[in-house]
Amino acid sequence: MNSYAQHEHHDFLNAVRQALADPPLQAALVRLTSTLMAGNRRGYAALADIDALRDHAKLIKEHTLAYLDRYLEQLEMSVQKQGGHVHWASDAEEARQIVLGIARQTNSRRIVKSKSMTSEEIHLNPALEAAGLEVTETDFGEFIIQLAGERPSHLVAPAVHHTRESIARILSKYSGETLPDEAQALAQAGRRLLRQKFAQADMGISGVNFAVAETGTIVLISNEGNARLTTTCPRIHVALMGIEKVLPRWGDLPVFLKLLARAATGQALSVYTTLITGPRRRGETDGPEEFHLVLLDNGRSRVLATPFRESLQCIRCGACLNACPVYRRIGGHAYGGVYSGPIGSILTPLYDSVVDNPHLPHASSLCGACQAACPVKINIPHMLIGLRELQTHQRGKSRWEKLTYHLAAAVLQRPWLYRLGLRCARLVLRPLAHEGWLRHLPGPGTAWTEARDFPAPAPRSFREQWRQLR
Amino acid sequence: MKVSLLVTCLSDALFPEVGIATVRVLRRLGIAVDFPQAQTCCGQPHFNSGYHDDARVLARHTLRTFANGQTVVVPSGSCAAMIKLEYPHLFHEDPVWHPRALDMARRTHELSDFLVNVLGVEDVGARYEGKVTYHMACHLRGLGLRTEPERLLQRVKGLEYVPLERADECCGFGGSFSVRYPGISGAMVQDKAAFIEKTGVSAVVATDAGCLMNIAGCLRRRGSAIRTLHLAQVLEKT
Repeated sequence: MNSYAQHEHHDFLNAVRQALADPPLQAALVRLTSTLMAGNRRGYAALADIDALRDHAKLIKEHTLAYLDRYLEQLEMSVQKQGGHVHWASDAEEARQIVLGIARQTNSRRIVKSKSMTSEEIHLNPALEAAGLEVTETDFGEFIIQLAGERPSHLVAPAVHHTRESIARILSKYSGETLPDEAQALAQAGRRLLRQKFAQADMGISGVNFAVAETGTIVLISNEGNARLTTTCPRIHVALMGIEKVLPRWGDLPVFLKLLARAATGQALSVYTTLITGPRRRGETDGPEEFHLVLLDNGRSRVLATPFRESLQCIRCGACLNACPVYRRIGGHAYGGVYSGPIGSILTPLYDSVVDNPHLPHASSLCGACQAACPVKINIPHMLIGLRELQTHQRGKSRWEKLTYHLAAAVLQRPWLYRLGLRCARLVLRPLAHEGWLRHLPGPGTAWTEARDFPAPAPRSFREQWRQLR
Repeated sequence: MKVSLLVTCLSDALFPEVGIATVRVLRRLGIAVDFPQAQTCCGQPHFNSGYHDDARVLARHTLRTFANGQTVVVPSGSCAAMIKLEYPHLFHEDPVWHPRALDMARRTHELSDFLVNVLGVEDVGARYEGKVTYHMACHLRGLGLRTEPERLLQRVKGLEYVPLERADECCGFGGSFSVRYPGISGAMVQDKAAFIEKTGVSAVVATDAGCLMNIAGCLRRRGSAIRTLHLAQVLEKT
């Protein structure tokens, strides 16, 4: 198994049941996703050429992925030319060892981190802590998650499953004082607690939203400003990026800057857009002494060579989560992986295991709201169907299901059999119906009638009435 | 003008009145309709569940059945999307069937698409007394038909149109999804039904038998008196 995820191969159905029976979670999910989706629509609507812009962004990503090797080497050269160090990690373990090695070499004991899903992906914090280092997440949501010992439940709003009350409890316990459950007081407490950490830190670890190959610039998008403090206060800055985040040219950057915040929240730009090109230069007063860029593969180059390559275009904006009616009801933790929502339902099976995540590709009504919201128009429904297709070729797949579909196709390609089947269904079901509707269906149909009635076949089908219609 | 009706298996078996209404609306507009008798199912359930070989069998059957070169009208965005978007994809490496799939994709239209974008008609001469709201079927999003059904509804005389909150959110049908995950699907359709009830309408309109059976089944379970109608059933009334 790929070390990518170390997913909890938990009981998806049980997690779903728990989430659906949790009213505060339901309320929080509706509130967050409605606000962010309204932002997404507003943000897109504000640009007259939004469709062309999204298509253009997709083309840039397609091109970059087609020449990924070339642009990564160019990025490496550019970063080195600016005085930075570049490290290549083929998997999570290698990436963790690289970061640990840098900490050892630079005598770093205290680490601050800005929000990075890639660091979640490689389970960096437990490795750093096991080595005796102190790690503090500085994105407020991530800080709460870290204190609670949990994992993020949303790409951009990691603590959405928490309420003001639970955040007050968590922060009070950590700080040893009794904090009120008021948003402003909690934010101020967070700020005070985190400022000390910034001041004391030896090393800052960030993610990377974009990296420009021709200039060696890494770009960080944030709203709280913690990413800027993380990358400027400490002596050492380590940036961790998935290899798909590279962009060829400086001129490609505005295309994505215009899209990312709009897609995620509806903002024209996030509050902070931080561009970092190498470490502190001679004569400069701030910035780190050393800049390290860790390029993480961790299964990406394998996926690049599959029909699922399009998933590498994802810029982790979270729009598909907000748009998804399923995510909105079950929340991020139910997905069991680091990445949740529609994109998580593709990434987790692809990078972890298709066999061990049988539910995720099916946990979608294929409504297409994700693709409509995605800034690079990733055809998520198609990839979910592609994963379902992979499953049908696997041995673990229920034989009964295979046989049912196969039999159905055999019947449906023969009109006389179809008519016969229809007549049989009518004979069986109509006597059980009340006003043409069934309250309980037998067999696999029970699942349907758990939630709603089922229509009995009509007394006469359309084709039986066609003759009179003529 | 002459068109072939692809009535869809769900309408054929469960809601024949949808097919009948479609034929009546088309005839009123001077369109001759034929019904190729060999038609069964477009294969979407198989495609969506990953059984692509079986889906290809049914797609070939449908392509053969509608090989006459005529315009095909489908009172379902879901089946229309299967033919227009997925058939070419299913056969993209097949030199014989790919051109045939592309050909059928080109001449197939969902009902509101056909009326508004092919015939150029928004007022079909219908009259319907009552307050209705409209649920947008998901596949219309995929087909780029974001306004057509509403434009048709708003030109129906006597009809009072009430917009629906979260009208374009999936009702939770999703074919096998509704049976695999009744909890999630049930929560989705319950929310949909609650939004519909909030509008105070006497009927909710949609364009797909799948959404209709899901929403109607839920409204019934909730003891609601609100009717569910296919768009064609509203446009049929004079």
